[in-house]
Amino acid sequence: MKFRALLALAAGGTMLAGCAATAANTNSASTAAPPKSSASSGPAFPSTYQAYPSTPTAITGVTIFDGEGGRIENGTVFMAGGKISSVGGPDTVIPAGTTIVDGAGKYVTPGIIDVHSHLGDYPTPSVAAHSDGNEATSPVTPEVWAEHSVWPQDPGFSRAMANGGITSLQILPGSANLFGGRSVTLKNVPARTVQRMKFPGAPYGMKMACGENPKRVYGSRNRMPSTRMGSLALNRQTWIDAQEYRSKRNDAKPPKRDLGKETLAGVLDGDILVHNHCYRADEMAQIIDMSKEFGYKVTAFHHAIESYKIADILANEGICSAIWADWWGFKMEAYDAIPENAALLQKAGACVIIHSDDENQIQRLNQEAAKAMADGRAMGIEISDAQAIQWITYNPAKAMGIEKMTGSLKSGKMADLVLWNGNPLSVYSRPDKVWIDGALMFDSSDAARRPVSDFELGQPGEGDVK
Amino acid sequence: MKRLSLFLASAAALMAAPLAAQTTAIIGGKVVIGDGSAPIEGGTVLIRNDKVVAAGANIAIPADARRIDATGKWVTPGVFAGFSRIGLVEVGAVTQTNDMNASGSPFSAALDVQYAINPFASPVSVNRAAGVTRAVVSPSTANSIFGGYGAVIDLGQDENPITKARAFQFVELGETGHSRAGGSRAASHIAFRAMLEEARTYARNPAAFDSDLLKASDAKALLPVISGNTKLLIHVESANDILKVLDLRKDFPALDMVLVGVNEGWRVAEHIAAAGVPVLASALSDLPYGFEDLSATQSNIGRMKDAGVKVAIGMINDRDAHQLRYSVQYAGNLVALTRVPRATGLTWDEAFAAISSVPAEIMDMGGQLGSLRAGRKADVVIWTGDPLELSSQVETVMIDGVDQSLSNRQMRLRDRYRDPAPGALPKAYDR
Repeated sequence: MKFRALLALAAGGTMLAGCAATAANTNSASTAAPPKSSASSGPAFPSTYQAYPSTPTAITGVTIFDGEGGRIENGTVFMAGGKISSVGGPDTVIPAGTTIVDGAGKYVTPGIIDVHSHLGDYPTPSVAAHSDGNEATSPVTPEVWAEHSVWPQDPGFSRAMANGGITSLQILPGSANLFGGRSVTLKNVPARTVQRMKFPGAPYGMKMACGENPKRVYGSRNRMPSTRMGSLALNRQTWIDAQEYRSKRNDAKPPKRDLGKETLAGVLDGDILVHNHCYRADEMAQIIDMSKEFGYKVTAFHHAIESYKIADILANEGICSAIWADWWGFKMEAYDAIPENAALLQKAGACVIIHSDDENQIQRLNQEAAKAMADGRAMGIEISDAQAIQWITYNPAKAMGIEKMTGSLKSGKMADLVLWNGNPLSVYSRPDKVWIDGALMFDSSDAARRPVSDFELGQPGEGDVK
Repeated sequence: MKRLSLFLASAAALMAAPLAAQTTAIIGGKVVIGDGSAPIEGGTVLIRNDKVVAAGANIAIPADARRIDATGKWVTPGVFAGFSRIGLVEVGAVTQTNDMNASGSPFSAALDVQYAINPFASPVSVNRAAGVTRAVVSPSTANSIFGGYGAVIDLGQDENPITKARAFQFVELGETGHSRAGGSRAASHIAFRAMLEEARTYARNPAAFDSDLLKASDAKALLPVISGNTKLLIHVESANDILKVLDLRKDFPALDMVLVGVNEGWRVAEHIAAAGVPVLASALSDLPYGFEDLSATQSNIGRMKDAGVKVAIGMINDRDAHQLRYSVQYAGNLVALTRVPRATGLTWDEAFAAISSVPAEIMDMGGQLGSLRAGRKADVVIWTGDPLELSSQVETVMIDGVDQSLSNRQMRLRDRYRDPAPGALPKAYDR
């Protein structure tokens, strides 16, 4: 399993367990604000995503977690035309001709969203030929786009849907580089091309990394950075150059097009969201100061093991922490992890996201959220089930800039939702059905309603329950 | 405060334990024996010194027994981790604290984890606090298909973790074996056979032993494997590799084999069952991580069990040095599969047995460990609720009848940063 690969690499000192290093990807076609320096008339690599056909459907008598902290018992969710039409109690009006799904004893949540995945750019089988997540030839590669590495046939996408209810996810470059490149946000719908999976209208993200990985990868080659101070110096010089590029962009004679600086300028413009891999509290504080020096905002710290030590600062800055429930100990900067990280952040009023960075745990983000909630409750922090669900729905949607389109069950939003066969915060619950833009993409009781990637076709276990 | 009082109580118990027979009765709880039988409501677990005297309903409680009220709680045997590397690693990527294998050593089968296991490593205290009380600890491999001797340990807070040293030998015979042997399964299988033959040569005349394949120490270590006196844990995943390993008995009939990993076991489950070879399987592997895992499915364990294979949960290469606390979550997920159409899982009782009595039995230690049946070592955990459920917490851990501290540095960090802003003095003064 990939656990194995990550741990083996960590033990060998060559890799970065827990911070998959991948190539940056970006979602050019679908960006609300395409790079201003782009010479072309439209965005590059546009999304060709289209919703699959759907029928008006109502789930009735169901417990609803709406993704924004709300809970409705004996509720109804009605969707039509790929959108959520109404969400309410048993008196919710359902038009004639609507397909009714009996939700008695079951639960509905928004589609689960993973803000940190390497499906497609570190796919399974995890053979060397598939290792496309880190452009580890230079510590500064804002010019690479993760979408150019994503293999749509990664079997992990289907597992994430069937077992984890994942409907949207951000594929990031890895963490070998200080500037890893652009991310891409996908709808978790199988397709022949990555363009067909790209989330329409999602902004780009840019991956950055601090800490052990860049200094190990490049220091071992006697290149900068070999230290944390080297990382900061290289980071700052890169931003200085980006500022200059940006300031000359609209000159009568603009500078030659530079893919990397286009991405950096997009960050400085506020169009591209920064997702910064960073474990230690003291380093996060340094990164925050650097962002202020250059006038950009960190959207989320990823793998933020030590966020709990600066929960007040992160709350004040409005920066999300994308974290695991309980990973720890795989490297030095993961040594001070505690399972109450999420709860302490929530208590401080900071934004919490539970992420996976893992093709296995992406299949149970609901369970990871449940553990983090339980550990918080055990130390006396009140967290409702509905709030814990927000950690894996609305909050990641917000950090990915898609919260106006998905991430919660509000009328007018995309009908991305999961019907669970029990409370999703119980270990005993699994997705019963998954809809994406109103289309039924997974049904546990219908073997034909389960995607099988090209890679698995004709192989032992094809179409199995997995 | 509860944790503090527990800690003080356990310190007192530690001091008192050797002095006189002590009897403890845990009463009123939902008692899980761990042998696959159904939980008993309002049961009693009676412990004298280091052993379980009785567990179940209608058990007479001696007048002088210390009583622990577990009303509303669950009482179970401690989790027995079927395959791990716990105690061999403090920080994975800090090589000086990672003793899983020895890439610079000339030795292989003779390497013995008993000298590397650190009972004071923080993963031991963290997982103890999560209800893990015993573990199979295996080396991994570096330059040879053989990793060396593994051990069975307890996770107690005392200085002696070893329950059974040299409990088994570990060997890689799948994709990892392919690479360790030089790039082919042809090489790993000839290496296996040739090294065992060399060990026989060593046995005939140790003084004259001179081999290009093995150090004398390694040859000596392989002798009890050939005779079946030492178990052989074999990591293998694919259906074909499993069959080839089962065939080894044609040449080495006494091998006492246990298969580890076994992602494709369900495809050849009847062969494994017919061979009577038990399995320490990964619970939730369901992706083609490599070509040896093409048909991996979470239904693997349930299907193997239905085919008659003796199977427990192991965690090979799956955060196996730090996260044995996932064992209960994994077992719970196998129960979840019983409600998924076409999937095969385990009943709750079977699932708990897969992390308690079954791994103990696979290690031939079921008579001493892994359940609350009379005469077993008193490894007992009290939980706030269903131990397989994500919301449940561990309240009390006993190992060998001794109350254990649940404190660890994760809890200390939690308490220091309960309110993150410093007070009158910096955080460094908060202890």
